[in-house]
Amino acid sequence: MHGWQSQLAQLVLVLLLAPLLSGVTRKIRSRLLRRRGPSVFQPYRDLLKLIRKEAVVADNASWLFRIAPYVIFATTWVAAALVPTFAAGLTFSAAADVIVIVALLGTARFFLALAGLDVGTSFGGIGSSREMMFASLAEPAMLLVVFTVALFAGSTQLSSISAFMAGPDVGLNISLALSLIALVIVAVAENARIPVDNPATHLELTMVHEAMILEYSGRHLAVIEAAASLKLLLYLSLIACMFTPWGTTLAGGETVAYAIGLGAYALKLLAFGFGLVVFETAIAKMRVFRVPEFLGMALMLGLLGAILLFVSRVSQ
Amino acid sequence: MTPLETDIAHLLAGSMVLVSFLLLYQDRMFALINIFALQAWVLAFSVAWQAYLQHAPHLFITALIALAFKGVFIPVALHRIVVRLGIHRSIESVVSIGPTMLFGMALVALSIVVMLPVTEAAGAFVREDLAFALSIVLLGLLMMVTRRNAVGQVIGFMSLENGLVLAATGARGMPLVVEISVAFSVLIAFIVIGMFLFRIRERFDSVDVRALDMSRGESA
Repeated sequence: MHGWQSQLAQLVLVLLLAPLLSGVTRKIRSRLLRRRGPSVFQPYRDLLKLIRKEAVVADNASWLFRIAPYVIFATTWVAAALVPTFAAGLTFSAAADVIVIVALLGTARFFLALAGLDVGTSFGGIGSSREMMFASLAEPAMLLVVFTVALFAGSTQLSSISAFMAGPDVGLNISLALSLIALVIVAVAENARIPVDNPATHLELTMVHEAMILEYSGRHLAVIEAAASLKLLLYLSLIACMFTPWGTTLAGGETVAYAIGLGAYALKLLAFGFGLVVFETAIAKMRVFRVPEFLGMALMLGLLGAILLFVSRVSQ
Repeated sequence: MTPLETDIAHLLAGSMVLVSFLLLYQDRMFALINIFALQAWVLAFSVAWQAYLQHAPHLFITALIALAFKGVFIPVALHRIVVRLGIHRSIESVVSIGPTMLFGMALVALSIVVMLPVTEAAGAFVREDLAFALSIVLLGLLMMVTRRNAVGQVIGFMSLENGLVLAATGARGMPLVVEISVAFSVLIAFIVIGMFLFRIRERFDSVDVRALDMSRGESA
């Protein structure tokens, strides 16, 4: 396969796989709670249903409210397509910088918060303000993780980081361990998972992500839901790419190598999804004002990782 | 030493610093005691690993002492004290968690900046260990400063001592006699402090050390 072929394959793959990942995590969660749970394909059905429905827009909504879902979806999709998932050597791997991905996600967040404020309902405002409060801690933590890993691997480009991590130079390293924990915390917070936000609730006092998209319906809502599941896939792929890069197909591999790469990717997603759900079912949701402490821990771990990296650098 | 062996030693010493931060972060009594026990376990593993690397059998005894006294005995005793004092609710700290954490980070950076140039002659391994040990000591001191509750201060003191043991194992050739006597003096300090806790409570109906300030005539 050429670079552009695997790039195209990846673009389609992430889009198709994202709802399935949400479905699988929901299914596992239901089983852990001793419920049957809907089929793993339910998210696809939900999306199709929403697309066919009429989009109701509030009277005082501006053009921003209409374009925001598409901007959010586009930026998230591009970000997800940039992360090397099953194969390295994608066409855009030169642009696949971790900082670019953080910036793309930041853009999506910006538009989501604006859309929450646009109609002027109080829930949207609460959601946007909380989202921004969390983001002000989650983004620096994410960047610190990126810096630590980049210092370690000598590059901010995802494909180089992935290749370096798969190489023999990497042992057990405390900085990497701390970065991994920090990244997991950020991923949990950014995807509105349980200790921070509950994706399944519409209780006014606790919701964050759901509060911002409360006014959306029809195809707008479908696009936003798709973007949310893409974001979960993106974070899991990012963790897989940086910390467990084994099995990824190198550039110009044989067909068998691509099959192995795909299989390894599917296994990683399944394992991470399972871990996430077990964590979620074991823990209670936090009060909103505890969340900054939780995210502050991620920030601190990132900073500590960077400092300890300096120590191990000196001693080598 | 293979790179993997060094990495494991680094990992263990680094996790001790991390656990020190968890101690600073945690504000519930039982969880605090459990994390202190965790730190002692990590210390024991770290020392045992050093014993294996340095081929120094006496360090195994140090590890065993750490495990038995600080990993099991003192946490169990603290649990009992806390239950008997009836303070297993939550402990308030003087400074809130955010600034404490930042201050802790600054202390870690400081100890690295101080230790690395000073120990230039020593091996890479010792330098790292000493830098980590100094940060654990400083974090223990920070914890003693930021807690109002006497039990929290005791735990800060004990975790400070963990840092000292880590420094001693890194520095090759601390005699076993010294090690054992330090362990016992900590134990005795613990007993004395335990008795003090009950005396403080008897007199002031609380183990909040602000009560002591008031009895000295200072304003709290």
